[in-house]
Amino acid sequence: MSKRNIAAVIFLVIVAVFFVFSALMMHPFGEPEKTEMDQYIIDNTQGETGADNGVTSVVFDYRGFDTLGEATVLFTAVASVILIFRRLKK
Amino acid sequence: MIFNIPFIAVAALVLIGLYAVVFKRNLIKIVIGITLIESGVNLFLITLAYRKDSTAPIYTASPGGIMSMPVPHALTLTSIVIGVAVLALMLSLVVYIYRHYKTLDVRKIGGGEEE
Amino acid sequence: MSGMSKIVKTITSIAFPFTMIYGLYIIAHGHLTPGGGFQGGAVVASRCAMILFAYGSVWTMGKIKEKHLSGLESLGAIGFICLAFFGLIFGLQYFFNNFLVGEKGLNLIFNQLAIGASNINTAGVLPLMNFAVGLKVIAGLFGIVLVMAYATSLKEGK
Repeated sequence: MSKRNIAAVIFLVIVAVFFVFSALMMHPFGEPEKTEMDQYIIDNTQGETGADNGVTSVVFDYRGFDTLGEATVLFTAVASVILIFRRLKK
Repeated sequence: MIFNIPFIAVAALVLIGLYAVVFKRNLIKIVIGITLIESGVNLFLITLAYRKDSTAPIYTASPGGIMSMPVPHALTLTSIVIGVAVLALMLSLVVYIYRHYKTLDVRKIGGGEEE
Repeated sequence: MSGMSKIVKTITSIAFPFTMIYGLYIIAHGHLTPGGGFQGGAVVASRCAMILFAYGSVWTMGKIKEKHLSGLESLGAIGFICLAFFGLIFGLQYFFNNFLVGEKGLNLIFNQLAIGASNINTAGVLPLMNFAVGLKVIAGLFGIVLVMAYATSLKEGK
């Protein structure tokens, strides 16, 4: 066992203890603590947006900027893949 | 302790993915480990949005009662699409490396081993 | 990659329009039922990838060039940004404003366009945004699969 393997095992054990300890210390499953913003969205989504679907009104109307950023990431990834394989074809 | 089983499942997924990234030598296995970590994070986001005895936050033909919180559902949608795009880019880079070096071992590509 | 046998090609051609209509239904009814632009776009893109598997990548690349797919994706992105800018001009001074909801001047004509059994035209700008994002996701995912399948069928050392 080289020195690199021993260091990797110690790192993995420390991270595993940290993750399991914090998974047991989370709030009980099904009782979140602060829900005022989501309760406002559920109560007013039919009046302000006109849509029946709560998730679509959050994705496109209340939080539209995140959708704009995601469209940019998707466009960049597709352009990069086509660029890599254009070089291999020639 | 048995009430927190979804959170323990998230921790198990992330730890198995991290083991695959650190200890394996084949490039394709490292890419699979990264995908496992992304799946663990998506599961964690959905687990945070549940209230007790609630249904989906949609008004069309809903059975009534309280509804789940819709904001983490929207964030998970974005995360899944970004995961697909990053996976496509990683796999095309692996194809490009194989054409150039003729091997997929992660310790033989690059400048060579450090002494 | 080469295509499959004749039975697979026939069945794929017959079942192609039905599942395309199912995917477009998911995109169009995004504001009433679960679904929307991203989910319906993934369904239609995986249907187009099945055509690629059945007929072989060399034949498909002869019919559809990837610059047409890239142009379609840019069209979807430009449509999405234009709809966001119209909220700045026609509505109040907010970016991304939803300006087609309510009973004001232009909306009385626009909201009577498609009243029927399922009332698809109720949510203002939201169905139009769903179409733009759906077109972008279809062209993007199909372009990725087509280019990767064609490039692995070339000879080594080229």
